[in-house]
Parts: sequence; C-alpha cells; structure tokens
Amino acid sequence: MLKQLLASAALVACATAASAEVKVGLITTLSGGGAGLGIDTRDGFMLAIDEAGRDDLEVVVEDDQQKPDVAVQIADRMIQSDKVDLLTGIVWSNLAMAVVPSATAQGLFYLSTNAAPAQLAGRGCNANYFSVSYQNDNLHEAAGAYATSADFKNTFILAPNYPAGKDSLNGFKRFYEGELAGEIYTKLGQTDYAAEIAQIRASGADSVFFFLPGGMGISFLKQYADSGVDLPLVGPAFSFDQNILQAVGDAALGVKNTSSWNKDLENESNAHFVEAYLAKYDRLPSLYAAQGYDTALLLLSALEKAEITDKDAFRAALKEADFASVRGAFEFSPSHHPIQDIYVREVIKEGDILTNKIVGTAIEDRGHAYEDECKM
Amino acid sequence: MTPILIAEQVLNGLQSGVMLFLMAAGLTLIFGVMGLINLAHGSLYMVGAFAAAATAAVTGSFVLALVAALAAAAAAGALVERLVIRRLYDRDHLDQVLATFALILIFSEGTRWIFGSFPLYLDIPEALSGPVTLPGGIQYPLYRLFIIGMGLVVAALLFWLIARTRLGIRIRAGENDREMIAALGVDIARLYTLVFALGAALAGLAGALVGAIQSVQVGMGEPVLILAFVVIVIGGIGSIEGALVGAILVGLTDTLGGIFLPQIFGLFMEPAAATQTGAALASMAIYVLMAAVLAWKPTGLFGAKS
Repeated sequence: MLKQLLASAALVACATAASAEVKVGLITTLSGGGAGLGIDTRDGFMLAIDEAGRDDLEVVVEDDQQKPDVAVQIADRMIQSDKVDLLTGIVWSNLAMAVVPSATAQGLFYLSTNAAPAQLAGRGCNANYFSVSYQNDNLHEAAGAYATSADFKNTFILAPNYPAGKDSLNGFKRFYEGELAGEIYTKLGQTDYAAEIAQIRASGADSVFFFLPGGMGISFLKQYADSGVDLPLVGPAFSFDQNILQAVGDAALGVKNTSSWNKDLENESNAHFVEAYLAKYDRLPSLYAAQGYDTALLLLSALEKAEITDKDAFRAALKEADFASVRGAFEFSPSHHPIQDIYVREVIKEGDILTNKIVGTAIEDRGHAYEDECKM
Repeated sequence: MTPILIAEQVLNGLQSGVMLFLMAAGLTLIFGVMGLINLAHGSLYMVGAFAAAATAAVTGSFVLALVAALAAAAAAGALVERLVIRRLYDRDHLDQVLATFALILIFSEGTRWIFGSFPLYLDIPEALSGPVTLPGGIQYPLYRLFIIGMGLVVAALLFWLIARTRLGIRIRAGENDREMIAALGVDIARLYTLVFALGAALAGLAGALVGAIQSVQVGMGEPVLILAFVVIVIGGIGSIEGALVGAILVGLTDTLGGIFLPQIFGLFMEPAAATQTGAALASMAIYVLMAAVLAWKPTGLFGAKS
C-alpha cells in the first residue's frame, strides 16, 4: 500500500514536472557604457527563443549595470523568488566570478554567453557550468598564433591592468614565438594612449598586439591612426566588433583581428542568423549577438532531449551540443568549454558600413590551456 | 630613453593637463562662487561630446560641432541650475552630492535614450589630422598641438574675464561674500546661472575636443571628473590659477609616471613584474602628489588661507 502511494506520488511529480514551465534568467548589462554588449547578447539570445516559439519557456531579463554587487543581487532574486532553472547572459568576467560559483553550487545551470575566466575553466570548473562562447584566453592565443604565422619578430604588446588583461598577454605569449619589443599594462578605463603610442614609436617594434575592449579600443585606434606610427596591428575581436566599428571609423580599416565567429562564415545556420537578426533589429549582429544566439540554440536543443528538472539527463543533453551553431562545427571539451576554430578577420568597408571578413584560420580545434586542472 | 621621447611625453602631459584645466575651471568656479559640489560636471562633458558628434554627423563641420558642444552644454547647465541646483545652495554638501549624483544617472540614461547604447563617431577634421614634425625631429599629432593651443587660449580668456570685466568682478565678489553682493543690488540668481552655464560650457568644449580622439560614449565624463576633483584640491578650491597649475601638474605626473615608473622598476626587477608594479604605482602617482601638496599646503597651492 505504502509502495503504491509512493509510486503514484512519484508519477504525479513527474507529470507536473513535464508540464512545468522552464524559467531562464538572463542577467546582462543593459545600461551605462557597456550596454551595447549586453543588448547584443540579449537580442541574439531572444531571437533564437522567439524563433523556437515555445510557450512553456519564460526568459526573465535583468540589467546588471556592469556591477558585480548588482549582478549578485539579481541572481539571488532570480534563484529565490523567480525560481529560475538556469542562468545566462553575463558579459564581464568579474561579474561572472561573483555570480557563477554560487549559482552552480546551488544546483543551477549556468550557460556562459561570453565571460569565461580561467578560474572557471581549470580548478574551479563545475559540472553545471557550460561556456558556449570560448575560454577567455582563446582569441588572444589566436592572435599570438597569427603573429607567428605572419612572421612578426618583434611585437609590442599592451593590455589593461586587470585580470582579463593579464590573461590576454599570457594567452598571446603562449602562441607567439618572436621577441617582445615591449610589454605595457595600461590603466583600466584609460582613454588617452599618447604616452603608450610614443613608447611604441621609440621601441623599434615591427608590429603591435593590443587588447583594449570597448571604448578603450576606440580611443586607442583613433589616436594610433593619427600618430603616424604605421606598424601592423593585431588584436582580439573585441575592439573590432560590429557594435563599435562605426565609432572607430576608417582608423580600423585593414586591421587584423581574431574571432571565433564572423557574419561571412559559410554555414546554413549562420546565413539564417545574420539575415533574421538584420531583419528583426535593423543592424548587423556582433560576436556577442552570435554567442547569445548559439547559447539559446544549445538550451533549446537540450530542452528537446530532457526535462530541465532531471539534472543529470539535462546535463548530458547540454554536453552533446546537438545544435546547428552559427560557428559551424562545435563540441564541448571535458571541462564544458568549446573546441572550435578561431579565425583571422580583416576590417573592410561594405558600402558605408565598416565590417569584417574572414581571411584565414589562426588555430584549428582549439580547446583551452587549463583543461588538465579541471577535475570533474 | 631618448630626449625626443621625453619631449614627446612632456607634450602629452601638457595636453592632458590643458584638457583637465577646462574641466577643473568650471568645477572650481562653481564651488568657489556657489559653494556647490557638482558631481554632474562630468555629464556636461558628455553632453558636449554627444552634441558635437551629432552635429558633425549632420553637417560635417568640426567648427559647427564645437559651437554646438558649447551651446548644448551651456544650455544644459543653465537648465539644470534653474530646475535643480538652485534648491541646493542652502543645503549641506551631502544633499548636494546626492542630488548631483542623481543628475549623473539621469543624464547618462537620458543620453542613452536619445543616442542609443553604441558609441558615436566623431573624428578629427581633415585639416588637423596626421602628425607634424617639430624642431628636434619630434613627430607629434597636429590635433594634439591644436588642443594645447585651444586650451591655453581659453585659459587666457578666462583670466581676462575674471580679472578685467564687470562679470569677473562680480564673480570674485561672489566668492568672497555672497550676502554682501546681493545687498549691493547684484542679481545673485542670474549671476549663479551665468557662472554655472560658463562652467558647463567649458566642460562641454573639453568633451567635444577630446571626443574627437577618444570614444564618445555614455559615462565618458566620470573618470575625468575624478581627476578634475584632484586638480581643484591640489590647486586650491575656488582658484582659477590653482586649477591651471594643478591641471598641468596632474597631467604631467599622470603621463610621465605611467612611462617612467615601470622603467625605473625595470632596472632591478623582472620585466613582467616591473611593468605590473610600475603600472600599479603609476595609477597612484597623482594621489600621492595630492597628499604631498595637502601635507605641505592644507588648502592647496593657491587656496585661501584658512
């Protein structure tokens, strides 16, 4: 009798689980100077969700204002009162570090649309944490590989003085075989690079690698173009992405940058994504939008295969990565980070619009450097 | 370390100092005359840059863009003074800080509403682009020389205005004794609006000039605002001379510190450790300067004797 009761109770539980809504919390930056990145992430993500048209799926969107404390508050509220099953959307690594470990420790899934710091890839990896974008070092490693293949012998490298900046220069050096003409850490948020450009001029370098995301990159590129220093530049996609290129202007033309995605990547999913994004939002997608779209596709593919309440099954479904990525071939490494090709792009002009085209592959099937430290 | 590189870095320091002066001059005037701490001064800098970028996009003229920046920032300043700031003169500094902080948020999100979340494009005019060769073989961007010249001209005009005109006399009188000049029949409310608009216009001009070589985006004013506060504390609150000397000191310290400290540490440390230690100390350099000045002269270099 007791057994029967238990069994029927279990059945009822299953039935309610099957019809229960899936709730996703999207925390991203929608105000302030970094809002462009978050808006692209959200728009890419929501495009895939809207296309899927599932009425049992609800996405709660909140603005983290690019502040770790705000992100933590929102995450707590989403977990405790909205009862979300999964979190996603954070752009910045410092915010991710504040939110992800505690969310995954509470048994929630976290799918990263962008930030993927080394700490979460190596010793701090977690079964419920999946990075759909990359590992933070990847694009910098690709820039190093490109610099080596382009036969740069004496590169000057610079990045802001914060964790991601140090990861960047380390990532570059991991794949760069030439000499360094100089290595500078600039202030985070610095907007005037005259002093650094003068040092580059005096250093005898044959090329420059820089990682200056957002407004920092816009300032650097404009000032570099006006300085008369004429060395080849290379950097990760962040300073050349669709959302900021128009603000840089012609100063960016011809610059090589590394990215895991571009709008001219030839695959069916990407062609559809670029067209649908342009039609819906009336602007070209950026890398952040592509990563947001891919993250939503991954989520949808896993929901097709398993109930999100069945954590083990859902995790296995996520791990299969059975979705048509806009980046083409896509699979997860054992630490739940992508193994993917990283491309070299060049900034070009299509009519009046500055954009990128792929000119080569920097590294094929790149996983990440911290794989061995991850014990899962 | 060649002499040419040192000369170039001194010019860079001078240029950043001159831009800081435009920001600090308004801030120190407003504090000196009205006793008001205006945290929203950085927002007026942003307003100037956005007005310039929007005007340049429509008309293609850099001169018009500068005029628009001056006009928009002055108008925004006058409006804010009439609507909000006017109610704060008799309140204590904490209320002023709170209210002007709220203004920062309102300006930032308002700008985002109007112009969107993506940075705007504003470029150097054709005639001023590219480097020129200075005596001694220094290659230096023409536009930065233009900024230095522009800043010095504005500084000279400002000194003339304060020292030689009727308005200047009123401003100086206002700094000394507000009640007395009101009693003498000066329309103090109008004077305040005028000073506030003047300070705002200077900030807007700085925003437009700097916007052409940096990124025109929401929140661009706040980092400059912090430096501007350091400048007016070093120079002595309320003093225009102090703002000029303080701005150039801060500009030079910031630029030269960022270059030379890592190299000094490089003499006896690993290169990677030297850059990191040097960069960390360089970002403290201006605050060390401020502490040293305050220890020596507690009211700042040109501050009134307390």
